[in-house]
Amino acid sequence: MSDTHAQTVAYVRETMLEQKEPPITETGAIKWLRENLFSGAVNIILTVVSIFVIVWGLGHILPWFLNSIWDAGSLTECREIRNELYGSDASSACFAVISARWHQLLFGFYPQELYWRPVLAFVLLLSALAPVLFNSLPRKLLTWSMLAPFVMYFLLWGGTIWGPLMVLAGFVLGSVAFRFGGQVNAIIAVLAAILVPVLFWLFLAGPIAGALSNLMPIGITNVESKDMGGFMLATIIGVSGITLSLPLGIILALGRQSDMFLINKMSVAFIETIRGVPLIVWLFTASLLLNYFLPRGTNFDLMLRVIIMVTLFASAYIAEVVRGGLAALPKGQYEAADALGLDYWKSMRLIVLPQALKISIPGIVNTFIGLFKDTTLVVFIGLLDPIGLSNTIRATTEWNGIYWELFVFIGLMFFIFCFSMGRYSLFLEKKLQRGHR
Amino acid sequence: MKKTVLLGALTVAGLAAGASAAATLDDVKARGSLKCGVSTGLPGFSATDANGTWVGFDVDVCRAVAAAVLGDASKVEFTPLTTQTRFTALASGEIDMLARNTTWTFSRDNDLKLEFTGVNYYDGQGFMVPKDLGVSSAKDLDGATVCIQTGTTTELNLADFFRVNNISYEPVPIETNAEAQQQYLAGACDVYTTDASGLAATRATFEDPAGHVILPEIISKEPLGPAVRHGDNEWGDIVRWSLNAMIAAEELDVTSANVEEKAASDIPEVQRLLGTAGELGAMLGLEAGWAKAIISQVGNYGESFERNVGEATPIALARGLNAQWTDGGLLYAPPFR
Amino acid sequence: MSTFPETPKDGFRLSQLIYDTRYRSLTIQVVAMILLVLFFSWLVSNTIQNLSDLGKDFYFGFLSQPAGYDINQRLIEYSSESSHGRAALVGILNTILVAFLGCVLATILGIFAGVLRLSKNWLVSRLIAVYVEGFRNVPLLLWIIAIFAIMSEAMPQPRAFREGGGASMLLGDSVAVTNRGVYIPKPVWGDNSTILVGVFILSVIGIFIFRSYARKRQEATGDILPVFWISAALFFIPSVLAYYILGRPVTLDYPELGGFNFKGGLHLRNSLIALWLALSLYTGAFIAEIVRAGILSVSKGQTEAAYALGLRPGRTMNLVILPQALRVIIPPLISQFLNLTKNSSLAIAVGYMDVRATLGGITVNQTGRELEGILLLGLFYLVLSLVISGGMNIYNNSVKLKER
Repeated sequence: MSDTHAQTVAYVRETMLEQKEPPITETGAIKWLRENLFSGAVNIILTVVSIFVIVWGLGHILPWFLNSIWDAGSLTECREIRNELYGSDASSACFAVISARWHQLLFGFYPQELYWRPVLAFVLLLSALAPVLFNSLPRKLLTWSMLAPFVMYFLLWGGTIWGPLMVLAGFVLGSVAFRFGGQVNAIIAVLAAILVPVLFWLFLAGPIAGALSNLMPIGITNVESKDMGGFMLATIIGVSGITLSLPLGIILALGRQSDMFLINKMSVAFIETIRGVPLIVWLFTASLLLNYFLPRGTNFDLMLRVIIMVTLFASAYIAEVVRGGLAALPKGQYEAADALGLDYWKSMRLIVLPQALKISIPGIVNTFIGLFKDTTLVVFIGLLDPIGLSNTIRATTEWNGIYWELFVFIGLMFFIFCFSMGRYSLFLEKKLQRGHR
Repeated sequence: MKKTVLLGALTVAGLAAGASAAATLDDVKARGSLKCGVSTGLPGFSATDANGTWVGFDVDVCRAVAAAVLGDASKVEFTPLTTQTRFTALASGEIDMLARNTTWTFSRDNDLKLEFTGVNYYDGQGFMVPKDLGVSSAKDLDGATVCIQTGTTTELNLADFFRVNNISYEPVPIETNAEAQQQYLAGACDVYTTDASGLAATRATFEDPAGHVILPEIISKEPLGPAVRHGDNEWGDIVRWSLNAMIAAEELDVTSANVEEKAASDIPEVQRLLGTAGELGAMLGLEAGWAKAIISQVGNYGESFERNVGEATPIALARGLNAQWTDGGLLYAPPFR
Repeated sequence: MSTFPETPKDGFRLSQLIYDTRYRSLTIQVVAMILLVLFFSWLVSNTIQNLSDLGKDFYFGFLSQPAGYDINQRLIEYSSESSHGRAALVGILNTILVAFLGCVLATILGIFAGVLRLSKNWLVSRLIAVYVEGFRNVPLLLWIIAIFAIMSEAMPQPRAFREGGGASMLLGDSVAVTNRGVYIPKPVWGDNSTILVGVFILSVIGIFIFRSYARKRQEATGDILPVFWISAALFFIPSVLAYYILGRPVTLDYPELGGFNFKGGLHLRNSLIALWLALSLYTGAFIAEIVRAGILSVSKGQTEAAYALGLRPGRTMNLVILPQALRVIIPPLISQFLNLTKNSSLAIAVGYMDVRATLGGITVNQTGRELEGILLLGLFYLVLSLVISGGMNIYNNSVKLKER
């Protein structure tokens, strides 16, 4: 009966219908708006509130920014220019202070003709960090990473080249001693590796360096640490704090995991004491109390004292990060190392630590970001970090009375530094996650 | 002495260097530079210019001592200090002298083991209020909110003043001068109190200086002066007489411009001061021309005052108490003889 | 020796201390201990030597001497005639106050921001991202200073509250928001007010009892009681009744403009509010990231399962996701609380008189007792940190997944 059926149907479509445009609410910008901004009562309220916040915020800040004045000799000149251009009650930023003093905010009182040195040191720093941070680079570059600190030190402080060379020589001597001692036995090797360089630095390095620099006075202009300031100071303190704290932090983390009662308790006590007290108190200790604790007459500059304190401070945090890395390592790795018959140090050095440290890198970078921001606290003990410099800049008669412009600049610089490092650590975390699955 | 910092640290950590209680002069001479502690920033008294050179009234005291001891006013290493770190830095030997607008008080002189070697600026604590507040005396400030800088004698004076006069007030302690200014201008406090010189310097930077008045009451004596460690009298004498030389030079009308011709003059005291007669320099353990070096390189007291804080500068302080005793001020250098 | 019959008979040799694993760890520990003791005695002897060279002593007597300075915010009686010790105590209480307030607000902000950052609303999630990144990547010190300055610039001066000044009080003339702080009515406790407080506490306890009863009943029978409304009724009705029956024992003291400032009422100073906000916003940004990571760590299947059961998104978040995320969130949260507490030592930047500003600041400065002062200061923070982390760890153990 298909025929009859065919007759009963009045119309049969024989071709496909032309595809229609989707309804206007389901395409393009409108769809996006509907889904992302106005998908429900709560969302609509949130959107409206957000728009209000943005408009209100920009309304206050934008005129100030747009009217900014970049070329003036003093705040009074700035005000005169503003009165001329926009009238006396317009809000206008006087960024002329930045154009006049940006170099101080970046480098402190470092001699202007030598700015290439910190800049070069910074580039070297990046190049030395690259093989540590990016696995794809050849491993041989790590040798450069080991050497770079000495080159950077030489570039920043200048003076005779023999000083850093002697320190380096100490390390070389240490590793040689370790090699030779290792032929006798492990304990002697470790002892020799520690004692030889220390004795060398204490008794030989100074005279040798002195004699050599008299014979061959190779060197560049000496710059003292009191001339360093601004972001350069923050970077030096942050970078050296983290680098120097790494070995200490690893030892502390191992100590905290150790079965030996005393070692374990000592590590825990150290870590918790450091972490339980604010950095500012430690900085005060460095600036006010260290002179009590050390023999009378010992006197080294504040920056070095701060670096020592910051190193101790960071080592406690690094220890916790590394401990996390050690804990995250599957137990099988430890057992496999034991099964191979490796002793404790070998299993740590060859199996456990390389993996644990790799997992810890994002945490270490985050610790660094925190430390870098915390370097602003040195203003309380009179070091000229960016905020400290903003105070000295305000103390000049030209710029006394300027407030927001300096803070905006400093904040922005910190944001750029820290944000990019944070992105890197995030990228690394993602990569590591993929590596594990 | 091109010992690197790291090596230096290693050596000192290992070998306890001997105490150097009584040889600051030798240390300075051996080092070839004077370590002087100054404020991290106080308009007119210590600040850095665009090249990083320290300038200011306190800074000039440091430079004078450097000129006297080393013959070169530029051989100073300035150490910026906060109110919190200044005394420790001096006690520990980190600096050789302190020239950081520090008030000379009994307890600082005796309990903190400092030795004040004179007064380079006679100050006093004052109050600044907006004109439209209609206040004409500090006694009218009952219930007012007062901005103060912490860590100084200022807050102690303030507490004393209000307690004695039985007036209530609300203190707003502020860490730095810049913030105190900002708070005061925003009206978060009715009154800003600090040393009168600081008030004048602050008011000078306002958009509308005439809108603010400094009240007539000066509630404290603030003799600000350089300080050295207790116990090193030779060094204390050098700092004391360097300052006195600047003051005496003004009294004797010796300036950086005329110091050469004055040296040839036949006024006995000028001759003794400038080292053309007598052996005053040797008595201090310095060159004969020590005071001449100060005056030719730094200038006399009046020159330094006019250059840094005087009427020609934006800070525009009047000499007031800091005039020579012959002009009704308190500056009175003991005779050079 | 009898327990180790296999050990060689020729007794103990010195080299066993190093080579024999039974003794080696002991040797290392003893050596470490000796080194540590030597190190500390070196420090202590240096300190004693230095103190005597400087003619100073190690003496805490300064704590009982009159302080001589005033503190604006004091939770206990204090005047400039009180002792340095009491000033330190005022500071300690101020530190604890701002740390506590900060932890509460930071947690709330952090949870909201963390959840909203995952919101489908593009604008909201971007805005929250700007907030989180902005606060995480700029030093706290700058934020504290900036927020303090913004508050003093943006809010009206007390003068503006006079006739024709353009500012007015809020909530029926009871709250004044000025650039010196917020003035709110202060309750004045009259006679019988202890009874009222007792009634209030009893009603709060009642709410808890009722809630646990309601939960048990729901688990047993499936009936859902209107918990919220009954709780609210329990909360308000007994207290309000008691208030009128007892003849209004508690009255409010309203702030009034007089002289330079508002008088009366409770004055929440700008320094406290600015510090509180800055600490909370800063730590909140970190907590937001922790919360976000916690939520993302709960597998998507849980959400889907909850939807499949017919739970609404809000309830899914509250009943399924957050409780599981909490286990990931709590440990890092503890360290954020510790950070906030330690960061409160930056209070001096806005002139909030915490313990670092009183004991570690003005007192040390005026008495020259930096060794004693800083030592006490460090000890206080250490104890506070240990107490917080101890308390939070107890809580953490109670919510932790009981595995074995």
